[in-house]
Amino acid sequence: MNPLASLHSIVTTLFRRSQIDREMDEELRTHIEHRADDLERSGLARSEAERRARIEFGGYARYKAECHEATGASSIETSLADLRYGLRMLRKSPGFTLVAILTLALAIGANAVVFSLLDSLVLRPINVPNGKYLYTIERGKDHSPTESYPDYLALRDRNRSFDGMLTADIVPAGLDSDGVPSPIWLNIASGNYFDVLGVQPFLGRFFHASDEHGPDSAPYVVLSYGYWQSHFQGDRGVVGRTVRLNKLPYTILGVAPRDFRGTELFFAPSLWAPIVNEKQITGLTDLDARTARGKWVVGRLKSGVTPVQATADLNSIATWLAKSYPKEDEAISFSLTRPGLLGNMLGGPVHAFVGGLMLLAALILLAACANLGSLFSARAADRAREVALRLALGSSRARILRQLLTEAMLVSVAGGVLGMTCAAALLRILSAWQPIPDFPINIAVNPDARTYFVALILALVSGLLFGMVPVRQVLNSDPYQGIKTAAHGAVGSRRITLRDILLAAQIAVCAVLVTSSLVAVRGMTRSLQSNFGFVPQNVLQINTDLNMSGYTGDQVPVMQRRMLTAVQSIPSVSSAAYSNRIPLNLGWSTTTIFPDATTDFRPSNSAFGAFEYYVSPGFFKTAQTSLLQGRELTWIDKKDAPRVAVINQAFARKIFGSESKAIGSFFKIWGGTRVQIVGIVETGKYVTLSEDPSPAMFLSILQSPSSVTFLIVRSNRSPQDLSPILATTLHSLDGGLPLTINTWEKELGTALFAARAASIALGVLGSLGAMLAITGIFGMASYSVSKRLRELGIRIALGAQRKTVLATALGRVFRLLTIGSVAGLLLGFAATKLLSYIVYQATPRDPIVLAGVIFTMLLLGILAAWIPAQRALNADPLMLLREE
Amino acid sequence: MTDQAQLLPGTLDLLILRAVSLGPLHGYGILLRIGQISGNALLIEQGALYPGLFRLVRQGLLKASWGTSENNRRAKFYELTTAGRERLRDETESWNRLAAAIASALAVQPEEI
Repeated sequence: MNPLASLHSIVTTLFRRSQIDREMDEELRTHIEHRADDLERSGLARSEAERRARIEFGGYARYKAECHEATGASSIETSLADLRYGLRMLRKSPGFTLVAILTLALAIGANAVVFSLLDSLVLRPINVPNGKYLYTIERGKDHSPTESYPDYLALRDRNRSFDGMLTADIVPAGLDSDGVPSPIWLNIASGNYFDVLGVQPFLGRFFHASDEHGPDSAPYVVLSYGYWQSHFQGDRGVVGRTVRLNKLPYTILGVAPRDFRGTELFFAPSLWAPIVNEKQITGLTDLDARTARGKWVVGRLKSGVTPVQATADLNSIATWLAKSYPKEDEAISFSLTRPGLLGNMLGGPVHAFVGGLMLLAALILLAACANLGSLFSARAADRAREVALRLALGSSRARILRQLLTEAMLVSVAGGVLGMTCAAALLRILSAWQPIPDFPINIAVNPDARTYFVALILALVSGLLFGMVPVRQVLNSDPYQGIKTAAHGAVGSRRITLRDILLAAQIAVCAVLVTSSLVAVRGMTRSLQSNFGFVPQNVLQINTDLNMSGYTGDQVPVMQRRMLTAVQSIPSVSSAAYSNRIPLNLGWSTTTIFPDATTDFRPSNSAFGAFEYYVSPGFFKTAQTSLLQGRELTWIDKKDAPRVAVINQAFARKIFGSESKAIGSFFKIWGGTRVQIVGIVETGKYVTLSEDPSPAMFLSILQSPSSVTFLIVRSNRSPQDLSPILATTLHSLDGGLPLTINTWEKELGTALFAARAASIALGVLGSLGAMLAITGIFGMASYSVSKRLRELGIRIALGAQRKTVLATALGRVFRLLTIGSVAGLLLGFAATKLLSYIVYQATPRDPIVLAGVIFTMLLLGILAAWIPAQRALNADPLMLLREE
Repeated sequence: MTDQAQLLPGTLDLLILRAVSLGPLHGYGILLRIGQISGNALLIEQGALYPGLFRLVRQGLLKASWGTSENNRRAKFYELTTAGRERLRDETESWNRLAAAIASALAVQPEEI
């Protein structure tokens, strides 16, 4: 038939529903009356004739319904009717509806959040036009994502595979427009940065390659949209205005677009400045040092060039570099990787983490579906009589199934919408979250259309899934049996049903989550109490960069000494020291160590790499790092004195094989500087808590001054009292010092970030899993009790013990709980192997974890089965018999 | 009743078209006509006629209009459309072919194989 005519028929049918209904009634009645007329003529009384005519006609309502269906509007009509009926049924049992919707909302919400993470961290390339053509250049076998500036220039100028190649770095600086600089983090970038990325300014203009005319020649900045909003109130007049960066005048060229955050997913710079001005901005420059490999390089691949071809091209440049600069670039090689996660350095852990979360979220969704499936079949069983009655009245099974599915869909849509709303709120919080003090680490995980779409699909698919669970039950239902006794069925069945498997599976899932989160939390607690190689309690850190307030060269150590003296003279300060870095804070630096006999300083001759810290006298005393042998660094170790170092045990073992030989011995650092070992301290933790014992050395900051200054101050006074005193003391020396004061324990947040994030995520997922398990057990227990309520009542009447009654009613549920928990516990132990990469000392071989899991699961079981158990115990045979 | 045959699926539509092809009829009339032309050999539950009628109207094979019956009652009369007439012809032909094929198949004697 003509589809247009069909549509027309459907539409008119819908709009003229009542008229059609009337006409249909009239037509069918006329038929019956015509028949009655005939019967009357054959000799029956009118009333008897009408009765016979009605009987001969058959099921009036059923044929009328079929007529409606035949008019074509039926599918929509029926759906609307189903919808109305479904809503009514759901309203009639608010408890069930609430539990079902909440369960699904939890699962969908969790999945939406995790999908957003996946989307913004893994799936989405950098947010610039044609971001998929951008590649970070990695170096060497260990895929270091950073290069030196001279090597960058060679790569940029000699390659034939890239449309453009940029370099950039993240650095801090002091920015002020009113006298007191505040520390900011910015990107210093090559002049072609914005052109290679292909972004257009929101306001004003960007800097270009043509703005670069040698060192410190381009005093320009481009503000990020966020910084422009927060510090310039979105004032369009900022273009052309001058701000002071480290006390030097810089011109604001323009503002970057709102959603442009540079090339790193975790980092949002406040502004961008040309890399040629590195010296002014950071206080020192290594633009001409071929071995200072600290800048990442991102290239935009020419269209038609494959990454493999480009890698070959880059490696021909590598060969040239190795030949031209054998000392610096010996055996150098390059490869390509996706940009965004420090090259792809964080790619592995991030992918593993998000993948793990994804798996857990999927498990939760599965548990929710299993759970809702069992809730829906419990409900279908409770409604067995209704279904049987409808079947007996001529309703088709397909129609009843459709009705049940409509209800499931209603629940899934409501749950999906609620879940997505909560997820969106959570994601907004997460996007604004800055987990690490003093550094703008932050991820933009704003849900987009894709997230909403995925959540909707997930909701609908799960609706179908759990809606289908009771189907077989309905298909097999026998109307006559159903009406005779509502409480028939699988009483005392020993068969393992699908429902049993579903419940055991979700209990197992819950147990996996509970196990992993307990392991993570235990690991966290233990790692906080473990030995870091220093004692962070009662220590305040004051971070400042003297370069930001205009101190250069020899002024720096003088000012540092003045600051230290001022702080030491504060009563209640027991000791203080300063250094250029602090272990377990953000950032680290390693240097290559050569044996003393080395004369040729090519990388292959090195002994190993060690963490390097430049510290003042008193550092170990203040940090409470145990000095095992030798002496601390002192004020004698001045600039012109012989170079000395305190090393850790790991360093001593690595280079000399034993600690005793180390004291007084020498080693060399890059460039040939000879350093004498004067002391040995315990090995601590430097970058992460889960790292292996690593070599580290502490050099005298007097011998290589650094404008970056961390004052550490040990005192018994509370941080709240001491911080303002410290600030006043230091500002009395120089009012323009930008200061950040924090407790050392708080600064550990950086080192603990991954573990903390993992624990929080697991904890959240674990409580979701627990809630799902509760509803699952509750559903199953209620189902099993209401099925056997009559039998239980009779047993009680015959004098059964409470224990026996409970065992009868809930034995199966508790057997499932045990099986599920044991399976989940074992799976959880296997899963925590994965966890131990993120959380320090995560091990399931821990009696507290084991006891915790068993206790939690038992508690869940008791909580969930409490109400059904009460109902079983209070089963009153008289009431039950009357109900029948 | 026992010598009445059950309708094959799909044949009700054909019977309705045939009954109506002899002149406009209301629903009860169609039922009587089918009984008449089939020699009361076919069993239909009376109500089952109507979904078929609505279906045929929707397919454009029948058109309906309200009128007055011989019993002086308001009734809906059905008649064939052009499409309905064509459909009846096609269906009749294919039914005859099928019936002939089945009949000859059933008439085959063992010695003829």
